Amino acid sequence: MKIRYFAWLRERLNRGEEEVTPPAEVVTVGDLIQWLRDRDEAADLAMQKPSLIKAALDTEIVPHSTPIANAKVVALFPPMTGG
Amino acid sequence: MSVRLQEASFDPGAETNAFLTASAGAGAAVTFTGLVRSRPDDPVSTLTLESYPELAEAQIGKAIAEAVVRFGLIKATVIHRYGRLAVGEPIVQVMTLAPHRQAAFDGASFLMDYLKTDAPFWKKELTPEGERWVEAKPEDDDARAKWNK
Repeated sequence: MKIRYFAWLRERLNRGEEEVTPPAEVVTVGDLIQWLRDRDEAADLAMQKPSLIKAALDTEIVPHSTPIANAKVVALFPPMTGG
Repeated sequence: MSVRLQEASFDPGAETNAFLTASAGAGAAVTFTGLVRSRPDDPVSTLTLESYPELAEAQIGKAIAEAVVRFGLIKATVIHRYGRLAVGEPIVQVMTLAPHRQAAFDGASFLMDYLKTDAPFWKKELTPEGERWVEAKPEDDDARAKWNK
């Protein structure tokens, strides 16, 4: 699946997107965030406060408890500041 | 009902006039325009808006659909920019059309509160001290939450 990063999360990770293949035990968005943190020091630091990380599966914003299921794109980003 | 995301600037007056011209006998229209702010005690030279366009279109489309049903709007349009903006330039314009003023005001207010917290845009300000990401404000979450009551 593809992961896209935005705003300061993108800057801290120094990448806007990446392809990943998480293992079967990564079920929810929260699991995915933890898995990304475990494999990468920059990701661990950038996402140390998971409450500051919002997520979208394809074109729907979801809570961390949502299963990733068959999402093609998972987006991770800080709280939004539009308008 | 429409959502327009664009990098180019727009003419708020011309957009308002076009919206009003198509009002088809509705009694009330409200227009809100958000502009790039800079204050003497907190100067900003440019504002850069990062966006996730596919998600923004979906999110704003959902908000408009909800506003139409909830407030009985006849029509609603949201224009939102991304990219680099100079001070004083328009960032966002929300326009609502309804039979009566309260619905038009409420619909526009709801849409703006939604855009602040639920539309995937991130603002970065360039100031004399350097660049900084704008932090999400708790009062924006409060403003959004009051519509859930």
